[in-house]
Amino acid sequence: MSEQITKEEPVYVTDALIAEDIDAYLETHQHKTMLRFITCGSVDDGKSTLIGRLLYDSKMIFEDQLAALESDSKKVGTQGQEIDFALLVDGLAAEREQGITIDVAYRFFATEKRKFIVADTPGHEQYTRNMVTGASTADLAVILIDARKGVLTQTRRHSFLAHLIGIRHIVLAVNKMDLVGYDQATYDAIVADYAAFARSIGIESFVAMPISGFKGDNITGPSENTPWYTGPSLIQHLETVELDSTIDQAKPFRMAVQWVNRPNLDFRGFSGLIASGAVRPGDGVRVLPSGKTSTVTRVVTLDGDLDEAVAGQSITLCLADEIDCSRGDVLAAADAPPQAADQFETTLVWMADEALLPGRAYWLKLGTQTVSATVQAPKYTVNVNTMEHLACKTLDLNAIGVAEITTDRPVVFEPYADSRTLGGFILIDKITNATVAAGMLHFSLRRAQNVHWQALDVSREAHAALKNQKPAVLWFTGLSGSGKSTVANLVEKKLHALGKHTFLLDGDNVRHGLNKDLGFTETDRIENIRRVGEVARLMTDAGLIVLTAFISPFRAEREMVRELLPEGEFVEVFIDTPLDVAEARDVKGLYKKARSGQLKNFTGIDSPYEAPENPEIRVDTTKESPEDAAERIVDHLLGWAPTI
Amino acid sequence: MTDPKVLTHLQRLEAEAIHIMREVVAEAENPVMLYSVGKDSAVMLHLARKAFYPSPPPFPLLHVDTTWKFKAMYELRDRMAKESGMELLVYQNPEAAARGINPFDHGALHTDMWKTEGLKQALDKWGFDAAFGGARRDEEKSRAKERIFSFRTASHGWDPKNQRPELWNLYNARKNKGESIRVFPISNWTELDIWQYIHLNDVPIVPLYFAEERPTVERDGMLLMVDDDRFPLKPGETPVNRSIRFRTLGCYPLTGAVESTARTLPEVIQETLLTTTSERQGRAIDKDAGGAGMEVKKQQGYF
Repeated sequence: MSEQITKEEPVYVTDALIAEDIDAYLETHQHKTMLRFITCGSVDDGKSTLIGRLLYDSKMIFEDQLAALESDSKKVGTQGQEIDFALLVDGLAAEREQGITIDVAYRFFATEKRKFIVADTPGHEQYTRNMVTGASTADLAVILIDARKGVLTQTRRHSFLAHLIGIRHIVLAVNKMDLVGYDQATYDAIVADYAAFARSIGIESFVAMPISGFKGDNITGPSENTPWYTGPSLIQHLETVELDSTIDQAKPFRMAVQWVNRPNLDFRGFSGLIASGAVRPGDGVRVLPSGKTSTVTRVVTLDGDLDEAVAGQSITLCLADEIDCSRGDVLAAADAPPQAADQFETTLVWMADEALLPGRAYWLKLGTQTVSATVQAPKYTVNVNTMEHLACKTLDLNAIGVAEITTDRPVVFEPYADSRTLGGFILIDKITNATVAAGMLHFSLRRAQNVHWQALDVSREAHAALKNQKPAVLWFTGLSGSGKSTVANLVEKKLHALGKHTFLLDGDNVRHGLNKDLGFTETDRIENIRRVGEVARLMTDAGLIVLTAFISPFRAEREMVRELLPEGEFVEVFIDTPLDVAEARDVKGLYKKARSGQLKNFTGIDSPYEAPENPEIRVDTTKESPEDAAERIVDHLLGWAPTI
Repeated sequence: MTDPKVLTHLQRLEAEAIHIMREVVAEAENPVMLYSVGKDSAVMLHLARKAFYPSPPPFPLLHVDTTWKFKAMYELRDRMAKESGMELLVYQNPEAAARGINPFDHGALHTDMWKTEGLKQALDKWGFDAAFGGARRDEEKSRAKERIFSFRTASHGWDPKNQRPELWNLYNARKNKGESIRVFPISNWTELDIWQYIHLNDVPIVPLYFAEERPTVERDGMLLMVDDDRFPLKPGETPVNRSIRFRTLGCYPLTGAVESTARTLPEVIQETLLTTTSERQGRAIDKDAGGAGMEVKKQQGYF
């Protein structure tokens, strides 16, 4: 089977020791460490072949798999009659047919010193998000170069991404040396070329080596074909490079609280994975963001209490004092706590087909904290091939850009360069629940620290009490011409007659004043609703019952306003009129204009309307008169009758 | 600063699995742990006990039973449920029972009805929104690309093209209506990791993993154990006592044994390291649909 494969000395598993003294073998192997790395390059660079070889040499390929591989190689392989290692690592059926890897796959192999997890990701530009995903957990990146081609655009892209995501160890593997006759000059030229580029993007150091994944040169040990190369083989380097988790231990203690362990009244523990530093009984800790301090009494595990726990361990801590601490809080060294802020400069990698909408609220998850966050229009996007900064209004799939983010409450964080755990975050679409972006926090913006709430002596409760009413926002939503304004007007008249203090914000009157700078693009519509939401909130603080009549087509923005208000004060009223009925009415003649193309971005015609899923009140105007609907809404608001 | 404490690969894998389990408990409404009584399940249960100690794991164990497991598996299952203080839920697909579906007469339909359908029915019956499973990425090619948090549609289907990116150790556990999550905390473990962990932590496992003289017949190139008198012998077949053990456990009529003399854990590990056939090879299920067998099964809702 293996005439084509030049097999090096097996350094992976000492068969003799396994056979002779399994206990001694187990003893050594229980002390292995673990390194995670990513391989960057395309199939053409021999990436899959290299991974296949690492698995093969470490005996991670069994005979039955090899038999399947041999038959597959003959059927769909690209190496003629020889073994096509690429088939070993191309997982999904669709990918095998297309001959490309389109996702992140994880592979495993081990030597006597370490276990390795390899993230295998595709190399093309349209898979930037996959590479970023694979790189996010890696200690090291292997950048593959075809010795015949030298440094290419994709080499620069991969290096930039690996550096962006904070990988400290870069290996430049100049592959296919067998195809250039193991020529040192070729190798030296490529390394010099790469060194110049690496410096220009801030990569401080890298290790270069001449290899052949196919022939096995400098993979496990020194190759006779490259006597001029005196550095380590790939495996030797992977076995000895310093681990990120070791470096993390030297930093101050931080642990995001995942879960409060409370089996009975006598035990209260805080569970989490230590992000950095170490912790011992007697250590002073601070709970953030509250800032309260206490002392660690116990480090609890099923195997008994520990004298010390370090970065990378999952533990449960007990504290001396009964202080408030729950999921989302961060426990930190009392004398060196991280900061909290609500405005940041960040780098975002956009991962969804739907582009970033500046101003829209997304969920931001960082550590165990989940907050609502809005992204400002990006300052610039980076061309990942040339590293140029380009002006942009949004970020599309696979785009990388720098943008400011504002959160609805303070987030405990550290700059990403100091901590992947407290500096890395994801953005989640509130409606589809998809992970739409990965982000890295760089620093907090000063203005977050300088704007303080004016403490008010007359509270919102006092305002409301004077008016003898409970403030609320009746949010009317529906298509243009559905009857929102008609019903809202009737409701306000009835409330007024009952002695209630009200105010009606209408789409048309607001757009003539407060929002006259806004148009009808998706971004402007979001800003329109955000402003109306904020105004409505201020009015409820003044104790008013606010009625708003806006198309407000997007679920996300209506939810954003709901979250601005105390529970129960946002009443969504869906004026449910089918498009054909609204269009037939066409009170303002707008549908006609939209249909003829004179009016762009018209809801229902060339811009979507996302109907509410669970409105507090739904009015079907084809079945219920405006008068009856208004009566029902007033009853609901004042709690006089149950609604349907 | 003292010398850094170097964590071993098993300590890091353990910490990762515990972290994942706690995230699910914090974010899911109604989690459950699938428990198949195999060695991976044994490790999962042990990790769960570590994750929540001194509390018992705050979710039940679910055994989707086919009625065709080895007797020794049922014994260990009941014992472990008692020891861990967890609720044990056992589900058997009533339709499969009524139709008398069995591995001897029905082949692939047996797995489909008892396991795939049974699992879907059980998850629906109790309304579980997150289910822990012990699958590992080194087992099979399509698993290598599956996420740790793997989403299923309301009909339990898997869409390999539409998986959420998983960055750092941040998991997005938000579900759409009707969706559920399969969570694989030991995704990054290999078979050898599992064995070493069992060895180091004295995790109780089914005795069938150790070699012993057992009644067997050879059929279709597989060595099958005659575990009870439901095993229909073909003309000319007589059970022969052989020293065998199992590398993986499922329904006894579908699980191939290997001839072995490994009676202790170190001996089992020794054999595993020196062996040259992959673990799932003893199972009939992967061969069903050619190279893409498991991927197709997963799209249909198999775990």
